[in-house]
Amino acid sequence: MKPMHYLRAFYGIVWREFLRFLQQRERFFAALVRPLVWLIIFAAGFRAALGISIIPPYQTYITYDVYITPGLVAMIQLFNGMQTSLSMVYDREMGSMRVLLTTPLPRWFLLVSRLFAGVTVSLFQVYTFLLVAYFFGVELPPWGYLAALPALILTGMMFGALGMLVSSTIKQLENFAGIMNFVIFPMFFASSALYPLWKMREGSLWLYYICIYNPFTYGVELIRFAFYLEVNWQALAVVLGCLLVFVGLSVWAYDPSVGIQQRKAAAAAAAA
Amino acid sequence: MTALEIHDVSHAYRKPALRGVTFSIEPGDFVLLLGLNGAGKTTLFSLITRLFDAPTGRIEIVGRSAAELGSRALEPLGVVFQQPTLDLDLTVKQNLRYFAALRGLARKDADERMMRALNALDMAERVNERVRDLNGGHRRRVEIARGILHSPKLLLLDEPTIGLDVPTRSAIVRHIHELARADNIGVLWATHLFDEVEPDDDLLVLNKGRIVARGTAKDVVAETGAGDLGGAFRLLIGGDTEEDITA
Repeated sequence: MKPMHYLRAFYGIVWREFLRFLQQRERFFAALVRPLVWLIIFAAGFRAALGISIIPPYQTYITYDVYITPGLVAMIQLFNGMQTSLSMVYDREMGSMRVLLTTPLPRWFLLVSRLFAGVTVSLFQVYTFLLVAYFFGVELPPWGYLAALPALILTGMMFGALGMLVSSTIKQLENFAGIMNFVIFPMFFASSALYPLWKMREGSLWLYYICIYNPFTYGVELIRFAFYLEVNWQALAVVLGCLLVFVGLSVWAYDPSVGIQQRKAAAAAAAA
Repeated sequence: MTALEIHDVSHAYRKPALRGVTFSIEPGDFVLLLGLNGAGKTTLFSLITRLFDAPTGRIEIVGRSAAELGSRALEPLGVVFQQPTLDLDLTVKQNLRYFAALRGLARKDADERMMRALNALDMAERVNERVRDLNGGHRRRVEIARGILHSPKLLLLDEPTIGLDVPTRSAIVRHIHELARADNIGVLWATHLFDEVEPDDDLLVLNKGRIVARGTAKDVVAETGAGDLGGAFRLLIGGDTEEDITA
């Protein structure tokens, strides 16, 4: 297989996802409204009640809305990852997934390309959110916007891979909402997105332990540090590790000989 | 080289779905795979397209073994699935360009092939329309155009005319016949519609996962001693009646 074939296929997959994104403008606005409500309403209220002391990567006291911004960025990406998952379930039900899976390219490549396509879309959402947040007073270091890009790609890939793994276990589109509630909200609330971990430990030790075993926490921290031109190595290691595990499991799940898809197809055919 | 070689392929879900299926298709052959719903047609297609693997037996597409080469064996293969697989929100052109990119075709080459294929199917004027705005017959034509866009050596069509009116069905069947002849493509067309079968068509009859007859339609009818294909088919499947089979 020629490298040009891989390149064209990759471009085709990303381009299609982008076209679909353009067709679904409501999806774009919905993705923005959610974190903006948190930032403008929730954070504004908490701003008065909750001060954040100096904790890395911050070098001074910060307001709550500044603290919460990386968590909201990660939330956009997590929702987008789940949206990718929904889109994959939809593609599977509508049949267009078959077109992708019968392409003469390795399945891992097709799935990773699909993943990357989803991340590209999420980056548009993230930077639009950051622009709006800027006008609401959330200023980050100017270079931080650029420095965060690799972190955003990695975390986006990790959440997308998680979504892909989830999609392999969902039998029907209708089940998706339930799965969303089980994945997104616990991950978001039981993390450092809304409160610093040290505050969490003071409040509830068991919740603190849940937070430190939650990959979302490390996605948030990777983004938070990147905004301030720093690398949180522990977060980077966890995000990379989770990304590899989630991608590996997804490729396994979509493998025609062993994966979950095989068993689902078998069950469907047996029922027919 | 043989377009498709299936040797002793078996597959089971909770119960056997395919049992020792063996047949081959040469370039330019148009072979109809006739069977009731649940006979194993879609399972066979899923195995050939590697949507899942065959635990036993050998499948070769133009000499490429799926077991040895994995997804690379699918390179000379074109598929039209039973289920619609076009993206409804994209235009015909966008759908075909997406597929062309997956097959590694350059944009210019893809556009030329696209117009050629759509012209042959009288769909060139609809190239910029959204698939959602097309009727069922036109969508099917686009799916067929997509299936042949990369000049496959083997074309699989899984009940491609289902839900279409008789004139549209006839036009599509005629076009695929011409395509097989003109471009020397091996074609395997799964159907349960008798009116898609011409007396000289090569026929494979699949029943409960087994090939129970192979030959031209008129030979199959003659061998069973039935008066027509419907009668021959009922005899071959052991007298089962099935309302899904349509004359």
